[in-house]
Amino acid sequence: MASVEVTGAEIFVRSLEAEGVEFIFGYPGGAVLHIYDALHTQDKVKHILVRHEQAATHAADGYARSCDKPGVVLVTSGPGATNAVTGIATAYMDSIPMVVFTGQVPTHLIGNDAFQEADNIGITRPCVKHNFLVKDVRDLAETIKKAFYVATTGRPGPVVVDIPKDITADKTAFSYPDKVEMRSYNPVHVGHSGQIKRAVKLMRKARRPIFYTGGGVILGDASESLTELARIMNFPVTNTLMGLGAYPATDPQFVGMLGMHGTYEANMAMHHCDVLFAIGARFDDRVTGQIEKFCPNATIVHVDIDPASISKNVQVDVPIVGCVANVLKAMLKEVKKTDAKSDAVALQDWWQQIDDWRSKDCLKFDRDSDKIKPQFVVETLYKLTNGDAFVTSDVGQHQMWAAQFYKFDKPRRWINSGGLGTMGFGLPAAMGVQFAHPDATVACITGEGSIQMCIQELSTCTQYRLPVKIINLNNGYLGMVRQWQEFFYQKRYAMSYMESLPDFVKLAESYGHVGMQITRPGDVEGALLEMLKLKDRLVFMDFLTDREENVYPMIPAGGGQNEMILI
Amino acid sequence: MRHIISILMENEAGALSRVAGLFSARGYNIESLTVAPTEDPSLSRMTLVTRGTDDIIEQITKQLNKLIDVVKLIDMTDGPHIEREMMLVKVHASGDRRTELKRLSDIFRGRVIDVTDESYTIELTGAGEKLDAFLQALDQGVIIEVVRSGVSGIARGDRSLKI
Ligand SMILES: Cc1ncc(C[n+]2csc(CCOP(=O)(O)OP(=O)(O)O)c2C)c(N)n1
Repeated sequence: MASVEVTGAEIFVRSLEAEGVEFIFGYPGGAVLHIYDALHTQDKVKHILVRHEQAATHAADGYARSCDKPGVVLVTSGPGATNAVTGIATAYMDSIPMVVFTGQVPTHLIGNDAFQEADNIGITRPCVKHNFLVKDVRDLAETIKKAFYVATTGRPGPVVVDIPKDITADKTAFSYPDKVEMRSYNPVHVGHSGQIKRAVKLMRKARRPIFYTGGGVILGDASESLTELARIMNFPVTNTLMGLGAYPATDPQFVGMLGMHGTYEANMAMHHCDVLFAIGARFDDRVTGQIEKFCPNATIVHVDIDPASISKNVQVDVPIVGCVANVLKAMLKEVKKTDAKSDAVALQDWWQQIDDWRSKDCLKFDRDSDKIKPQFVVETLYKLTNGDAFVTSDVGQHQMWAAQFYKFDKPRRWINSGGLGTMGFGLPAAMGVQFAHPDATVACITGEGSIQMCIQELSTCTQYRLPVKIINLNNGYLGMVRQWQEFFYQKRYAMSYMESLPDFVKLAESYGHVGMQITRPGDVEGALLEMLKLKDRLVFMDFLTDREENVYPMIPAGGGQNEMILI
Repeated sequence: MRHIISILMENEAGALSRVAGLFSARGYNIESLTVAPTEDPSLSRMTLVTRGTDDIIEQITKQLNKLIDVVKLIDMTDGPHIEREMMLVKVHASGDRRTELKRLSDIFRGRVIDVTDESYTIELTGAGEKLDAFLQALDQGVIIEVVRSGVSGIARGDRSLKI
């Protein structure tokens, strides 16, 4: 059969169609003009025009986190690609599946310091799962297939495909492979059955067990199995910042988030446990505190899809490499087959102890203040949205309050940059979430520092009528920085003061959105109700909050999990 | 402990920089690194000498395995193996020194592969310590230039690294 030759740009578009890509977030430029032209003449893949390439990556990232499909990005060469790097690194740290296409100067100019040339492969190499430079149009379709395959399998992550401009004009026949095999890439799926049996044995014997679960449970769609297993065993469950929603937060067995600003009960239970079941979590330093003091008496079981995560920071007794969902299912099967029961008597004492820790009420805050307490805003938002909103956040105190006071019962509802801690993530991520869930309430909990890092995206929201609800917890400080300066630098507030703020209400209005400023605690609930009524509008809620409120509890640097500062 | 890690990887542009980048990003040290295509031109073989505690070496091998271009690797030091390095040394060789240098080179089973009135170039192959010993045996000041290939290694007996 004589096949018709088409351009690389056409192949690009058809490959995305074949992958079922709905949205591609991007920004045009010289090196990708052929591709933009090809995108223009079809309507299966919708291109979303952002206002800065960083936002394209965050939007694709938010989309991916909220709906378990890879995010897709298209940017031009040089500055387009370098602007995207922060978003790529953000996705990399949180293992988010994403395919980022970067334009490149024509092949014959590579290495010539050509106009808008940057070494995209070199620049992104340390913050991608893998990257590809396409050198021949005949390799383009297969490379795209590989990129999606690598991004979405094993431990997910961003993959960059760098495409020189001439490749997008060159022609060849198009055929998209059904599947690819790579001899050098074979992610493990099922866990070792012997290790799974050992883990179940430990579940029977444990006297003070805890499930410590992370983003891997969400990325691996394993929440249901986790919930079932935890309930059968009656073990306490704590989630990392990345894992919130993997286990229902309103469940009595949930002891809250752990780590630096986790709950007292979660951290104390970690410190005193005798068997730690770490599932899809990676013993991040913000979780462990001082590593020498971490879980001193625990036998540790670690389930992770990435062998390199196991025994990286903490030596593990029972490593299980495999896809979290498969491993948990295998554990459930083993539990049922052997009719494994946990030690009810020991657990009764353990829960008694945990309830004692809980009674400290570590998340209490002043409810009679005449200032707006940021915690109260989040709590009220939680109440009024029935805990069912998608919540994105930026980085800082507001992020911690969001994590502490919005109780996520479902996975993929809480979207934040946990690993890289990227200010500027919240608003563009919320856009991506809103594209994935057009009818859902999507709230971006942010601070006046963070929101200004990608504020230009208010314009994108106007263009695509994205009714994101921005909850700006405006304390006039780079609050998290100020808190550290208060605690550890004798209140020398170096550069943590946000002066010259815009009038956020007018700013929102100038983009065609609704803005409200709320200054009194008594107005919080009413204003949020009004906001929620404006279903089709972006509403910018500027809450002037108590300026020097701190995030509690806290494990100070160098502290162990049992050394929390309580309010 | 010193470890020799042998890696089979896709013979792709950029594969070497992924390994080098991994080592610098994670603060692992590289003592030497050699790389060349194998009998199968789609594969390169890299030999990497590094030092670290058992935990660090475990991380290094895991992180290397995680690189998409890495097909397979072994830690040579886990079993009996042969280690070789090649060295070229250019030395001042005039007058009386010539016989002495030739004799020394013979003792180390070196070969003089280039000669001028003023110099010899000696080729020497062996384990790293042997090459070190030869350099130490030379008089200070005679050395003009030293080129070492870095270590390559192969397992003894039936053990092998291939796909
Ligand atoms: C891009 C980036 N730059 C700097 C930081 C360091 N940083 C962490 S929290 C923070 C303050 C954030 O202030 P704001 O957004 O107002 O939130 P608040 O802590 O006041 O709630 C800063 C500067 C960061 N996380 N990201």
